Amino acid sequence: MIGLEHYIVVGTVLFVLGVLGIFLNRKNVIVILMAIELILLAVNINLVAFSSFLHDLTGQIFAMFVLTVAAGEAAIGLAILVIYFRGRGTIAVDSVDRLKG
Amino acid sequence: MEFAQSLRLILPEEILSIGGLVLLLAAAWLGDKASRAISIASVALLVAAAAVTVPTLSGGAMGPDTQAFLGQFRADAFAAYAKLLIYVSGAAALMIAPRFFEQFRAMRAEYPVLLVFAVLGTGIMVSAGDLMTLYIGLEMNSLAAYVLASFLRVDNRSAEAGLKYFVLGALASGILLYGMSLTYGFTGTTSFAGIHAALTGQLSTGALFGVILVLAGLAFKISAVPFHMWTPDVYEGAPTPVTMFFSTAPKVAAIALTMRVALEAFGNQADAWRQVVVFAALASIVVGALGAIGQSNIKRLLAYSSINNVGFILVGLATATQAGASAMLVYLAIYVMMSIGSFVAVLMLRDAESNQIESIASMAGLSRTRPLLGWCLLVMMLSLAGIPPLFGFWGKLVVFRAAVDADMIALATLAIVGSVISAYYYLMVCKTMFFDEPADQVKGASDWAHWALLLIATLFNSPLGYLLTGWFDNLAGKASAALFLAA
Repeated sequence: MIGLEHYIVVGTVLFVLGVLGIFLNRKNVIVILMAIELILLAVNINLVAFSSFLHDLTGQIFAMFVLTVAAGEAAIGLAILVIYFRGRGTIAVDSVDRLKG
Repeated sequence: MEFAQSLRLILPEEILSIGGLVLLLAAAWLGDKASRAISIASVALLVAAAAVTVPTLSGGAMGPDTQAFLGQFRADAFAAYAKLLIYVSGAAALMIAPRFFEQFRAMRAEYPVLLVFAVLGTGIMVSAGDLMTLYIGLEMNSLAAYVLASFLRVDNRSAEAGLKYFVLGALASGILLYGMSLTYGFTGTTSFAGIHAALTGQLSTGALFGVILVLAGLAFKISAVPFHMWTPDVYEGAPTPVTMFFSTAPKVAAIALTMRVALEAFGNQADAWRQVVVFAALASIVVGALGAIGQSNIKRLLAYSSINNVGFILVGLATATQAGASAMLVYLAIYVMMSIGSFVAVLMLRDAESNQIESIASMAGLSRTRPLLGWCLLVMMLSLAGIPPLFGFWGKLVVFRAAVDADMIALATLAIVGSVISAYYYLMVCKTMFFDEPADQVKGASDWAHWALLLIATLFNSPLGYLLTGWFDNLAGKASAALFLAA
């Protein structure tokens, strides 16, 4: 029998993978965008699992909002990435170092 | 009936959203040549929204009559106070922008439209009465802000600032959301009032994680240590008018939101989060003070200064009292005027080819080559340092007084020590401007909007500001009373 705790564990694993993906990834900015999507998916799994467990629709409505915003966020992230690529000719994470001090 | 009442309560948001959409269409049809006209229309929208917000604050609106859409949205005096600060900073960011972007031939009609939407998002944040409203407002602000940070496409640093802001902002929203999902799971509700009622007594591990993650996500947005590392990079890389906006409106909104979440939704668990807030406050003060030493770029220095100031504001939150909340609101208002003044002054530093000057070394001898600008900047720096005759001192005083009244004398003492350390780099800037050999690089003329804003901010931060203390105490008192009525 698959219960609430299984969903929470999957959500936690996805969340941790996403956060690690942002910090450990040294290659490519696109991978960071994927890691962000992973975090938002973890949140959605949590929300829907809690919603079903609590017999309360709020969590599922919340998940719909998160989905919508995630789409907008990905679009804006890719747009910024395109501008960045045009100026610099690369999207390697190590090249994002013009600003420091 | 209930619905009509709700629609009346969200009037400022309606003005901004409908006006913003109309201006978006106008921007699409008329193109970039209309950007000045659209900027003026956007300022008019903000003035209209502010005009309908003022009665809410002066009347001290609070209680059930201010709740729209079944408590999802609060139009009380607290939200009105934060919104007025946001509208002032949004209008300032609109007024200084055309002159700045035109020198790069990069003024686009989308800038004022994006700024209106960012202001709308921050307004929704401070009015949130529910985790969902909070999230929508936060993202509405953030999505517009990511684009604004990378707005100056001719400058590589701007795109990089946008990229960094986007990645770390999205991570912060992710952490915040994960915390909200846990909070929802362990309390069974997303409304602040419901969470307040559900979180009593000993916290379960899951709920504790939820509370900490929500506060960590918010700490990212207010750039409190240990989540501050994006701030200097983004402030340096973003176009200066946008940097000014970032250091004011979203920060006011995120701090107001943190107050509402911590004091209302998590109000019964003050003992659980107080240690975290005390740590963040002291760490922000110290990192902000030490990090700024040795910076050669004035925008980076102001970024560390804003981290430092957030630390002082969090000292007020750590008290978890109504007096502390009121002190935070007074400090916020003074901080907004100091930020506007110092960034406008930075914007006016141009060389003969009207390139922006950002290095502190080129400001040497400014008091002799451009006396008025030098003196205005001196007032800003000393006010940020909190040196007594200037108004910045009052903000620090009320916050420390609230901390002492709440028996947090050790915290107040450490914060004062941090404030003394931070005075060092403000004084270094003053020394460079007043006692070094003139570098004679600042030549460019500035237009009247810059001078007007700079002089208003300077007068506000001069000792004349003390004439406003009674007025501010009254307004901040009403706002914090509205906040604590629900808590």
